[in-house]
Amino acid sequence: MKLPFERKTHAISAFLLMLVSGSALADYKLNFQEPVNQLGQEIFDLHMLVFWICVGIALVVFSVMFYSMIAHRKSKGAVAADFHENTTVEVIWTIIPFIILISVAIPATSTLIKIEDTGDADITIKVTGLQWKWKYEYDADGTPVSFISSLHPDHNKARAVDSGIDVTKIENYLLEVDNMMVVPVNKKIRLLVTSDDVIHSWWVPQFATKKDAIPGYVNETWTSVDKPGIYRGQCTELCGKDHAFMPIVVKAVEENEYNAWLAAKKTEAVAAAAEAAADKVWSKDELVARGQEIYMGKGGCFGCHGANGEGVATFPKLAGSAITIGPDAAHIDVVVNGKPGTAMAAYGNQLNDLELAAVITYERNAWGNAASVVQPADIKAAR
Amino acid sequence: MSQAAGGYYLPEPSKWPIIGSIGLFLMTGGFGLYLMGMSMITMYIGMAVLVYMLFGWFGTVIKESEGGLYNDQVDMSFRMSMGWFIFSEVMFFAAFFGALYYIRVFADPWLGGAGNNLMTHDWLYPEYTSTWPTNGPGNVGGDFQTMGAWGIPAINTLILLTSGATVTWAHWGLKKDNRSQLILGLFLTVALGFLFVGFQAYEYIHAYNDLNLKLTSGVYGSTFYMLTGFHGLHVTIGAIMLLVMLFRSMKGHFTHENHFAFEAAAWYWHFVDVVWLGLFIFVYWLV
Amino acid sequence: MTATTHEEHHDEIPTGIKRWLFTTNHKDIGTMYLWFSFIMLLIGGLFALVIRAELFQPGMQVVDPNFFNMMTTLHGLVMVFGAIMPAFVGLANWQIPLMVGAPDMALPRMNNWSFWILPFAGFMLLAPMFVGGNFASGQGPAFGWTFYEPLSGQYDKLVFFVFAVHLLGFSSIMGSINIIATILNMRAPGMTLMKMPMFVWTWLITAFLLIAVMPVLAGVVTMMLTDKYFGTSFFDAAGGGDPVLFQHVFWFFGHPEVYIMILPAFGVVSEIIPTFARKKLFGYASMVYATASIAFLSFIVWAHHMFTVGMPVAGELYFMYATVLIAVPTGVKVFNWISTMYRGSMTYEIPMLWALCFVILFTIGGFSGLMLGVAPADFQYHDTYFVVAHFHYVLVSGSLFGLFAGVYYWLPKWTGNMYSNGLAQLHFWLSTIAMNLTFFPMHFTGLAGMPRRYADYPLQFTEFNVMSSVGAFMFGFSQLIFLWLVIKTIKGGEKATDRVWEGSHGLEWTIPSPAPYHSFTTAPEVK
Ligand code: HEA
Ligand code: HEA
Ligand code: HEC
Ligand code: CUA
Ligand SMILES: [Cu+2]
Repeated sequence: MKLPFERKTHAISAFLLMLVSGSALADYKLNFQEPVNQLGQEIFDLHMLVFWICVGIALVVFSVMFYSMIAHRKSKGAVAADFHENTTVEVIWTIIPFIILISVAIPATSTLIKIEDTGDADITIKVTGLQWKWKYEYDADGTPVSFISSLHPDHNKARAVDSGIDVTKIENYLLEVDNMMVVPVNKKIRLLVTSDDVIHSWWVPQFATKKDAIPGYVNETWTSVDKPGIYRGQCTELCGKDHAFMPIVVKAVEENEYNAWLAAKKTEAVAAAAEAAADKVWSKDELVARGQEIYMGKGGCFGCHGANGEGVATFPKLAGSAITIGPDAAHIDVVVNGKPGTAMAAYGNQLNDLELAAVITYERNAWGNAASVVQPADIKAAR
Repeated sequence: MSQAAGGYYLPEPSKWPIIGSIGLFLMTGGFGLYLMGMSMITMYIGMAVLVYMLFGWFGTVIKESEGGLYNDQVDMSFRMSMGWFIFSEVMFFAAFFGALYYIRVFADPWLGGAGNNLMTHDWLYPEYTSTWPTNGPGNVGGDFQTMGAWGIPAINTLILLTSGATVTWAHWGLKKDNRSQLILGLFLTVALGFLFVGFQAYEYIHAYNDLNLKLTSGVYGSTFYMLTGFHGLHVTIGAIMLLVMLFRSMKGHFTHENHFAFEAAAWYWHFVDVVWLGLFIFVYWLV
Repeated sequence: MTATTHEEHHDEIPTGIKRWLFTTNHKDIGTMYLWFSFIMLLIGGLFALVIRAELFQPGMQVVDPNFFNMMTTLHGLVMVFGAIMPAFVGLANWQIPLMVGAPDMALPRMNNWSFWILPFAGFMLLAPMFVGGNFASGQGPAFGWTFYEPLSGQYDKLVFFVFAVHLLGFSSIMGSINIIATILNMRAPGMTLMKMPMFVWTWLITAFLLIAVMPVLAGVVTMMLTDKYFGTSFFDAAGGGDPVLFQHVFWFFGHPEVYIMILPAFGVVSEIIPTFARKKLFGYASMVYATASIAFLSFIVWAHHMFTVGMPVAGELYFMYATVLIAVPTGVKVFNWISTMYRGSMTYEIPMLWALCFVILFTIGGFSGLMLGVAPADFQYHDTYFVVAHFHYVLVSGSLFGLFAGVYYWLPKWTGNMYSNGLAQLHFWLSTIAMNLTFFPMHFTGLAGMPRRYADYPLQFTEFNVMSSVGAFMFGFSQLIFLWLVIKTIKGGEKATDRVWEGSHGLEWTIPSPAPYHSFTTAPEVK
């Protein structure tokens, strides 16, 4: 146990405190993270309302119980009474809980309807869950801008079983990504959530927004942020091996900053598209270098096939495998179209032709493999 | 102890249940191994063990029953058990009917953009319009045609309804101690049962060869074949049960007041019949 | 099988392995169920300890993430299908014939079959874990006990999982049919339905739930099987299916399933509290109606597990209302238990301690359930450790504590010996403290935002996870005390009287302790 001593004592005292007071201490992470929008506040209030109702009922019920346990002990000479029925009280204690429930249901209904009302949004962002990263797509005046956001490489290194890195020294451990999602403050942001493989769930606790990403269907939800800052969340639906390692980080900025960011992304996107589309023939070294970046980063291939192509757990090894050193058509096919029914996704719609060519070339020429070079044009032809 | 003093028959320790467990294990495990790319031999052994168990176990029960060991209370236990067993079968079919309902009423319209799913349609499947029957936006399995309700399925409906009547007629015969009516009624029922299965097999072949309607034809193919397939399996089982009753009747088993095995098979047959009516309406007719 | 021999050989108990393999005796079968489930509890607990060891501190120390998911999955499955359910069936087998005055279960051979399918099913479920040579690269299922599609569809040994579930379901259905037939058909003369002990009532309703939902579970795994191996498209949008369909069918089974695991515990507690309060159960009739209402409601609330999947808002509202409604009949039960204690003559023997603890801790779990039922708030709780806290309060301090209560209550009847009170006290107090230490902090980790099924977590959750892990190992240790206690009690100890407890009523206390191999060969008369 590498925890500093005071943190341990802190934990124990907090535990005792909470046993004594039974209440939620806001500053000791005993309760929801601070909401940053109005709906979040409303949900928080609802949560506390139900909580206090439960505490109230518990006090009444347990008081009677403890009273009976203490006062009506046989050792104190208590003799059992003879009643075992009473229609009046039985009716009363059926009706009172019912009324209490109605009083909870009313505010809950109104909040729920607000949560589900995605109309009149200022901007729309598409969110796609992928094993194990998120893809965000923006609409920059008609030009689609998209990028993949995955766990920050440093954190990724640290989380390996035998990394030898002390994770308690890493700031925001597991809550940092390579590319943050950016949103403007004080706008109604509509999120369209879907998935390309299995079910994921997009959750940022401080936004009080959680929606499942269902492959083949698009779910809608919305959020807004009252003040600029960086907000962190995580995937909350079991999605396989690296479920714990696909965080969500959202940077909320003022509107003009957001617009500038989007414009820059747009320029980048246009350039990348042009580069991929250009019928340029790339050298092997260029492709391998870019490919390695994708393999270890954006593509996330290393997550299953290992940093050295040796395969992870039950996922196949690529070093020296029949496909990676065989004819390129089969190799292109499995990467572009995936292998349905397995974890191997179709990367054709996640990576552009250049990126695909690069990562395939890399796989064919890394870890002792020595096979052909694949050009973007080959991918285009194969699609 | 063979007989409780109160008269409720309690059987001796028996080897059949454990043999049944081993049989089930080998059969399912063997099928798993087959899907993993191994041979089917384990599965066949498991099936053989199961068949052996069924003969042995039911053989014992028949001997006990004919030996007069079962009193009315035992009979009632059997009746309740069969009834609840049929209820469990109803719930099994309910799962598939539920899936069909959900797909038709919710999922498929949503894929077409209904409800709050406009974006499902616009973003993912701009080309797709929701229809039933469907094989989905991916046109999985390629274009297909469906089986009309008023051909073979209607004939099959008649067959099953008739067989429901013949089995009841056989029962009347049994109650009147009219053996030949019993045997003839059972024979007709079994024959109609197998005729049904035969027609259904023909229908499947037709669907595969001419209509391109396959198990893999998207969700229509899935629901169609799973529902009708499981039903067909149950018809087959029911017909075999009735066939056994036929043989037993010919051997002179059953009396006019003691013939629960026959009734159990008849109940089962009626259940299969009712499921068919559901299928006819929701799978064939209302498309 | 020897149908022709009518001679009485009452006290001749078969010996050796054949006794257990071929038995048609409800007591033997009950014993086997109970031992099987206890072994499963240890195995499932061992998996939980792997989980807790990994989560003891942030960073990955013990296992790799896939293995962690496998542990979570198998822990959930083994506990639910291997430990809790069979244990209650074990109690049913032992007690129902004794409590209704029947000579045995209605269909003794089928009873044997129900049991002997279980070990095979368990084997089929766990065996893939050992494929791949060494334990660390085990290839067991790793998609959560709820096996959501399409994640489960990625598992290459899915077929074994599917068949394991089929076998478990088959066993449960046959077991339940037997229980229903026994209760409805084998009661002693004079025991009308409304005179049955509460435990028998709760099991009658539980058995009905099982027969209604296990086939649905079988249906949904069958769809998984054909989707994966035979090209159907139930859960695939491209073919017109829907992954969410899986969840609907699963939870149509899954929600009644959680009541299957709690209703018999309600029954046990309703036997014990009157005994040690020396006062009749308050509101017997309303207890029966409340149990039936809970069972009914359990069929129409399933989608409260799916508030975040994107249902239409009308659906969400409906499922929210229906869900919170369950608090009403459950409340009736709690109030009845407390009114039974009120002005009783209370003593605190071991079964009573467990039962009282059950009432308090289950109610706490029920309250967190109610909070989860409030849909807008569930958006925040869903798939966090708050849910994990909820269901361990209802399952561990609910179902499991209910089982312990029952075992301590009836163990003297079964073995003829009293258990060691000292050990039992130790087991009780250690378990109770450890249970709360393990699971109470999970409420906080959950509210603060720790998702469940996580192999590793951000630093701010460290403290509470440390507590949970310490508590878990304590809890595990105290179950070993229980194991020792049970073995000791079987071997010997102070002889138990027939009545065993001063305040006990009911037919099971009218026969000798230990209960003879064949009891009630002549039906007793109930007035
Ligand atoms: C024994 C098992 C058991 C029991 C009895 C319950 C009981 C209840 N459960 Fe629980 N539940 C589970 C086992 C159980 N649950 C499991 C295993 C899961 C997780 C599955 C998974 O995802 O893996 C789960 C998950 C779960 C969820 C989904 C959470 C999520 O994933 O987001 C919800 C949501 O509504 C819920 C609600 C309830 C409710 C309302 C009850 C009610 O029955 C509780 C009723 C009781 C009380 C309320 C207390 C006593 C009442 C009074 C004293 C009367 C007065 C009270 C009031 C008027 C408030 N449960
Ligand atoms: C049904 C009852 C049940 C019971 C009794 C328990 C008991 C315990 N559970 Fe339970 N748990 C579930 C049902 C249950 N659980 C379910 C359904 C899930 C959801 C799974 C999912 O998400 O899919 C879950 C998930 C779950 C998680 C979340 C995992 C995750 O999200 O990744 C955790 C984490 O701490 C946990 C912990 C524990 C602990 C510490 C115990 C302790 O009570 C266990 C006590 C320990 C023992 C009893 C072991 C004793 C044994 C020894 C000391 C070793 C000797 C061993 C041998 C000789 C073989 N459980
Ligand atoms: C979620 C896990 C996962 C990720 C991420 C992943 N793969 Fe795979 N990959 C698989 C699995 C599983 C298979 C085996 C499929 C099968 O059963 O045939 C596979 C197979 C392959 C094969 C064929 C190997 C062979 O010899 O059969 C290639 C090539 C491949 N993947 C390339 C990639 C590339 C390139 C990437 C990243 C852009 C990638 N994979 C990312 C899981 C993954
Ligand atoms: Cu993605 Cu969990
Ligand atoms: Cu539920």
